[in-house]
Amino acid sequence: MAARSSILAKTVSTPVILIGILLIVALVALLVKSGPFNQTVIDIFIRVVLVVGLYVFIGNSGVISFGHIGFTCLGAYATAWLTIPPPMKKMALPGLPDIILNAKLPFAPAIVLAAIFAGVCALVFGKILMRLSGIAASIATFAMLALINQVYSNWERVTGATSSVVGIPINRSIWPYAICAFVVVIIAYLYAISRSGLALRSARDEATAAAASGIDIPRERLIAFTLSGVIMGLGGALYAHSVGVVTPDTFYLGLTFISLSMLVVGGMNSLSGAVLGVVILSTIIQILRWFEKGVPIGGTTLTIPNGLQEIAIGIVMIVILMYRPSGLTKNRELVWRGWPFRGLFGGA
Amino acid sequence: MTAVLQILFDALSLGSLYALGALGIALIFGVMRLVNFAHGDYIAFCVFALLWPSIDAAAIVFIGKLPSLILIPLVIAIGAGLSVLSEIVVFRRFRNANPATMMIASFALGFVIRYFLLMLYSSRPKSIDLWSNLSLPIEIFGARIPLLQVITICTTIVVLLALTAFLKRTRFGLEMRAAAENFTMARMLGVRANNVIMLAFALSGALAAAIGLILVTQTGTVDIQMGVSVMLVAFIATVIGGLGSLTGAVIAGFLIGGATVLMQVILPVDARPFRDAFVYAAVIVTLIWRPNGLFAPKSAKQRV
Repeated sequence: MAARSSILAKTVSTPVILIGILLIVALVALLVKSGPFNQTVIDIFIRVVLVVGLYVFIGNSGVISFGHIGFTCLGAYATAWLTIPPPMKKMALPGLPDIILNAKLPFAPAIVLAAIFAGVCALVFGKILMRLSGIAASIATFAMLALINQVYSNWERVTGATSSVVGIPINRSIWPYAICAFVVVIIAYLYAISRSGLALRSARDEATAAAASGIDIPRERLIAFTLSGVIMGLGGALYAHSVGVVTPDTFYLGLTFISLSMLVVGGMNSLSGAVLGVVILSTIIQILRWFEKGVPIGGTTLTIPNGLQEIAIGIVMIVILMYRPSGLTKNRELVWRGWPFRGLFGGA
Repeated sequence: MTAVLQILFDALSLGSLYALGALGIALIFGVMRLVNFAHGDYIAFCVFALLWPSIDAAAIVFIGKLPSLILIPLVIAIGAGLSVLSEIVVFRRFRNANPATMMIASFALGFVIRYFLLMLYSSRPKSIDLWSNLSLPIEIFGARIPLLQVITICTTIVVLLALTAFLKRTRFGLEMRAAAENFTMARMLGVRANNVIMLAFALSGALAAAIGLILVTQTGTVDIQMGVSVMLVAFIATVIGGLGSLTGAVIAGFLIGGATVLMQVILPVDARPFRDAFVYAAVIVTLIWRPNGLFAPKSAKQRV
């Protein structure tokens, strides 16, 4: 018991700092009070949810997964099924079972159910995939992503195939997204210091020794995979409610790679890396977008040509990785040992 | 009989594309442990090199107008050059990085190439008429087979034979095989790392150019996305074949091509739209059955 409480005391400053950073982002949005900027901040919170979801599995297990955006797709469509007004649903998605067809849930229960649905699917897929490791596991998760994408792109009567599913109620307040991001950071933190999280990280760093110490690696991986599936599903549901439209191709390679890049650039083995990767890369992207629109500097307007924004972000990513191959945080967590956390270290 | 022949040729020509792609990825993986996500963008770059940069909807054919005898080597040289350039500018600095970092760096590079093309050519697909008379069918044992399929298959066979000869009969080939088997040991025995890695990148880029030429002749369009799907299947083929095994990559490429065409034929009509989903499910099953791939080299055995 003493050992457990000390790990909590030593590390609890990390989620507090991270939530503080996210709170600052939210406050900036409130101060600016501009519609487009509000949307940008909502996007940042959704990205935080997605990248932290990736971290829960990839960071703790060390297995790169290309498949998690598949759960985001499942979550987004699940919330669409639950919240689109029934008359519209009967037109667009006639293949749904009656109970879902007549359902019209409010925002909160819909996103929770969507997250649980994604989690159940993650449990089923994980049961099959988690006996693999290394690059075989990565490619198998990728095959899972492609499989989910193919099914959702072709199942005309249930997912509307490749055409967009519209009519999802849009929620423009930043607080639901911010609160979800905070909750996800806390969940990821609690998992990382839990018995399963510690066991999984020991297996990541030294698989032989961990297995010899009695750690059931596939089982611990499955727990992390399911939990991250829930978080990815939540992220998908939030995404659906932030824009009101979903298509299968939104949740495919583009989103997979941008989320993975944010995680790796931040530092894939640390929760701080996940959050900072999102905040820093999103900030750079936003600044470049402003330049694309034109920024007045000393009387002249500085404008960069369209498309240069993406090229610049690619180059920035390569340069960061060149000088910091383990990411911006070097895979360490942000910790603060001074006030008000000092009292917690009394015994240590 | 003719139907069977038709299916066989479909399977072989699709498999050829995948095999060439898988080979390009396996060559680099062998010497550098790099999963190169920019490969699909090399393919797109080579295809766009046929056109003069413009954002108009109509394509202005530039290199594409040259006679084939000059055009083909030129495009292949462009592919090889781009690939070597990316090694010198980017990947050389990642030699000691972990695979995840390298992979993301390669993805970022692909991103840069893609948006560079987008800036010069706009994102609209353009049509281009390159050797369109090759899609005319010819008759083989009563089956009508597009000439292009025959050429694709023959090209692949020639490329594979030439590459095998190169790897088995020349000094460079020997060095490459040694490097793929055990890179550290090969270096200690006097293999020059930079030469071998650059050579692997050059061959890989040349293969990307070949795929680009075949794709553009088949579809008659030029599109930023055109390399992506081939590249993804090629990755899967590389892993299914057993990472580090060039033969395995080629065979797995043909197997996936064959499986795709076969599914199209044997699945009931209702399930046909889900053909690719079945192929991916088969991939997962194969990986569960043989996690190290079908033809895993001895050196690839995982500890634990």
